[in-house]
Amino acid sequence: MSLTLDIRHSLAGFPLEVAVEAPEGVTALFGRSGAGKTSVIKAVAGLLHPDAGRISLDGASLFDSTARVNVPPHKRQLGYVFQDARLFPHMTVRANLTYGTRFARERPGPSLEDVATLLDISPLLDRRPDTLSGGETQRVAIGRALLARPRMLLMDEPLAALDAARKAEILPYLERLRDELRVPMLYVSHSVAEIARLATTVVVMEQGRVVTAGPAETVLSDPALTRQIGVRQAGALLPATVTRQHSDGLTELAISGGRLFLPQMSLEEGAKTRVRVLAQDVLLSTQEPQGMSALNILPVTVADIRPGDGPGTICQLQCGSDHILARITRRSAEALNIHPGQQVYAVIKSVSVDPVDVGRG
Amino acid sequence: MTGFGPEEWQAITLSLRVATVATLLSLPLGILAGYALARWQFPGKQVLNGLIHLPLVLPPVVTGYLLLLTFGPQGPGGRALESLFGLTLAFRWTGAVLAAAVMAFPLMVRAIRLAIEAVDPNLEEAAATLGAPRLWVFATITLPLILPGVIAGAILAFAKAMGEFGATITFVANIPGQTQTLPSAVYAFLQVPRGEPAAMRLVIVSVVLSMAALIASEWLARRAARR
Repeated sequence: MSLTLDIRHSLAGFPLEVAVEAPEGVTALFGRSGAGKTSVIKAVAGLLHPDAGRISLDGASLFDSTARVNVPPHKRQLGYVFQDARLFPHMTVRANLTYGTRFARERPGPSLEDVATLLDISPLLDRRPDTLSGGETQRVAIGRALLARPRMLLMDEPLAALDAARKAEILPYLERLRDELRVPMLYVSHSVAEIARLATTVVVMEQGRVVTAGPAETVLSDPALTRQIGVRQAGALLPATVTRQHSDGLTELAISGGRLFLPQMSLEEGAKTRVRVLAQDVLLSTQEPQGMSALNILPVTVADIRPGDGPGTICQLQCGSDHILARITRRSAEALNIHPGQQVYAVIKSVSVDPVDVGRG
Repeated sequence: MTGFGPEEWQAITLSLRVATVATLLSLPLGILAGYALARWQFPGKQVLNGLIHLPLVLPPVVTGYLLLLTFGPQGPGGRALESLFGLTLAFRWTGAVLAAAVMAFPLMVRAIRLAIEAVDPNLEEAAATLGAPRLWVFATITLPLILPGVIAGAILAFAKAMGEFGATITFVANIPGQTQTLPSAVYAFLQVPRGEPAAMRLVIVSVVLSMAALIASEWLARRAARR
């Protein structure tokens, strides 16, 4: 399953010129509000008619301005999860969920029971949408899209309207869609935390253009993208394996460049996961620190240093086969004479890693 | 038994029949017109809007005369209906139906249009992404959501059709048993000596029916607004 898209469209303010390749897995469209992400996903769904270009799924055109192809939305077989859920207010949850099923009978896909179990919405089936909480509403919306048995799920900021607790409630379900049902997804978000947890591929957009695209680990740990991602959100994504659950409430993980101790995760030993370490939570030391409370001290090599606009710099550190980002002041960088190729120690405080930033691998 | 004479009964049942047929026949057209005015952009939209609402502001006698010119025995519409379907409208109860439908149409369209404007088009978009063709979306999403508005519009149109007088009497005259509707009968009774008690009975029937229709329509409109 792969989506290819190359479109031009005039938006209010700036032209949209986007070429995107979405391979298997979850492709995240990342950018600030107003970067044109929603226009792209709407064009894929057929809800927006681009001025020119081509959109194809597995080689078959959904839209082609030169060949005058424009498959109507209801024939595209794409599930759309809207930011505002858009459940049908006059139907029960069950009727909402099965709305698209009658048009998808001949295609294989999950049953109502499968989806209700996966998303934990079985007790809600006979309720009305206006009696559901925000998190429940969004889970039903996801289930409704899934039951239309889409070739790909289009998710337009599905968590943006929810508070932090509801986001944390839904993220594991999205991981299950990705890992258990293996549903390909195009996921629009301006939240690095969500993308770090879900995306296999990240496409960074700015002002209607693609700034960069590539595997999530590479894009998120690219110091050149700090401006787009935001200094407070910049951070690296580390693939990890759970090696041991300690009795004092810590989980030990193996990463390519050593081991990490993090606050307890509800994962079994041997489970694959990925951890996002924010650049602002990493300290650098030129000597191995002694007498320090931080548990995670990793020997790393400085790969790159990027001065930012303010007093800070972003250092990219090679840690095994992965990268870690550290945000330190320019003054410190000069005082310690940090330079590429240098051997230093990266210090990460265990409790600074937010549980939201620990996902399944 | 009820105190109604045969002529009064005829007027009441004829009015009920005319109003029912006029409402039911114009309902699909009213929904279409309401949808077009609420959702579509097309050249001549303001002209269509004006034409639909014209009977609301024209003197009814003018509307009736225009109907007579168009659908009378010599009119182009009248001759076409006569030769195609063998249907005569002028001075028949079917003509009363047309007059009532035309006069009630703006009220019906207005209620339906407001109901459609209150439906979030995003819901229809969502239904389309789930694989539903346009007509199915209309039948399963739009129509159920506007139903209270449609019913309110239909009741209002029914009440208006029950009471239509000017256009009806101009177009189809006032023939007892044929085109003498309730208001025409009231008018006729008032023209003859000792006709007042009969007129008064019909007036009471008229007030009761109209009040009931208004209350029902208000109730449905408020129910629709709550959703």
